[in-house]
Amino acid sequence: MMHYTGLRRWQESLNNGEFSCLDAVNHYIEKIEKDTHNAFVEIFYGEARERATVVDQKIRFGTAGRLAGMIIGIKDNICLKGHRVSAASKILDGFESLFTATVVERLIKEDAIIIGRLNMDEFAMGSTNKTSVYGPALNPHNKAMVPGGSSGGSAAAVAAGLCHAALGSDTGGSVRQPAAFCGIYGMKPSYGRLSRYGLIAFASSLDQIGPLTTNLEDMALLLEVMAGKDPMDSTSSSHAVEPFSEALGSERKYTIGYLTETLEHPALDPEIKQLTLDTLDHLRQAGHTVVEAHLPHLDYLTPVYYIIATAEASSNLARYDGVHFGYRSPNATNMDEVYTLSRTEGFGPEVKRRITLGTFVLSSGFYDAYYGKAQKARRLIVQTTNNIFEKCDFLLTPTTPGTAFPLSKVFDDPTKLYLEDIFTVMANITGIPAISIPMGQHSNGLPIGLQLMAPVFKDFQIIEMADQVSKLSTYNPDLVNK
Amino acid sequence: MELTKEDILKIANLAKLSLSDEQLEAMKSDMEKILKFVEKIQELPLDDVEPLEYINQDVNVLRPDAATYTVSQYDALKNAAVKDSDYIKVPKVLG
Repeated sequence: MMHYTGLRRWQESLNNGEFSCLDAVNHYIEKIEKDTHNAFVEIFYGEARERATVVDQKIRFGTAGRLAGMIIGIKDNICLKGHRVSAASKILDGFESLFTATVVERLIKEDAIIIGRLNMDEFAMGSTNKTSVYGPALNPHNKAMVPGGSSGGSAAAVAAGLCHAALGSDTGGSVRQPAAFCGIYGMKPSYGRLSRYGLIAFASSLDQIGPLTTNLEDMALLLEVMAGKDPMDSTSSSHAVEPFSEALGSERKYTIGYLTETLEHPALDPEIKQLTLDTLDHLRQAGHTVVEAHLPHLDYLTPVYYIIATAEASSNLARYDGVHFGYRSPNATNMDEVYTLSRTEGFGPEVKRRITLGTFVLSSGFYDAYYGKAQKARRLIVQTTNNIFEKCDFLLTPTTPGTAFPLSKVFDDPTKLYLEDIFTVMANITGIPAISIPMGQHSNGLPIGLQLMAPVFKDFQIIEMADQVSKLSTYNPDLVNK
Repeated sequence: MELTKEDILKIANLAKLSLSDEQLEAMKSDMEKILKFVEKIQELPLDDVEPLEYINQDVNVLRPDAATYTVSQYDALKNAAVKDSDYIKVPKVLG
């Protein structure tokens, strides 16, 4: 089977009859079955083969949609009717979706083929994929390393060539960090750009679905298909959907800001810092303006994020009560035990930690000092971000302070792992779009991603600029799939 | 911030989670570390700042107040662990 380099080239081969969608689906199914990265938790055999047969017919009749033949995996917190979805948690053991997520419905309408569901951190809480009830997904560049998280399976699957693209969800960096660790593109669109209907909620004011792809053309097309108002999600925006694909190939010159606080951060790997500086130099040489910007609040971002995210999570996860769906403890003898034992046996340790913190910051006597303050800090950060974007069109930062780290690494203090999100949470707190671009290779052999951020609803412009930045990339995608 | 075991048990009860003695000790230690970490926000000058509650810019998203048929009884019961043909079953609430 032909090596996948992008949907356009793939569809040419489909249209020329070089192979069929069904051949392709069978090929990918075989690849997933033989794979050892633990990226997929379930293959939708029947669904994928059936859809492939239908799309093959449509191609013959010339009526195929824009995503015809694209083989997509979805994170295990995105619903497809009639299929299991579990957020990688025991508490959703056996749960079957009654609805299809709006974004997935839009993909299928354009003849994409959904091949299965992908591993993740339990309830999207983690940066390693190690909190999954299915065990961790592994990094395709080095199986001893984490793929990142929480969309670790999504990133590993795309990087290992097990599907053409994947959907993830990003609450604090959960699409961008694994994309950076696995050497692919991952985007968190503006808050409200994509409908969250059918996404299992973690922190509703921060969650956003995002694609992970091997190239920007696919990224733009997927966004174009999925974006737009959805009556089923009142937080989805009515902001007009732009033709994102047309953003590619632009040579428009922009002003790029860099945040001194990110480059001077003690946790930042020196090689990642150098790559960021080199990229800024190359952008300057290419005719863009590069300016310094300041975010004095950088060290406050992660604490603010963890207060808001856990507060919302404690509320969202209250619905897992062992009664209406999912796991019910066989040891419960009265109603209170149904709730308490089902939750205690059903949730993993990290989820329990976050529910506990969230319950604490919302509890009487502590609400004002924690949750109330975090909401105020959120406004302050939004204001600071708006001020920064008055002086530049984009911000370029590292996506992560380091490259992928060993699976065996033990964090004696949970907050050390929370610092993994230090450069990514800004986009979730403020609702702005952000994309991780594979830019280079560390001397340790692992990929490095750089992050581009833009003002809210400048999703078109961020693709336009990401395309220009990616042309400066020294990352060699051929090192993937080996 | 120092937390007592009673503080943790009270929060766990609110969250409907139970903790063994060993887990209680670990949760107390983790919570203290996490609270120390998030404590940093107390340094920010926030007295004159209004809290930001909604991140989306659209206001007053309205829809017709009309009932629609979304889930059948069969489907609604499908995912319940214990049920009969009409109802979800739970342990006796009133003696």
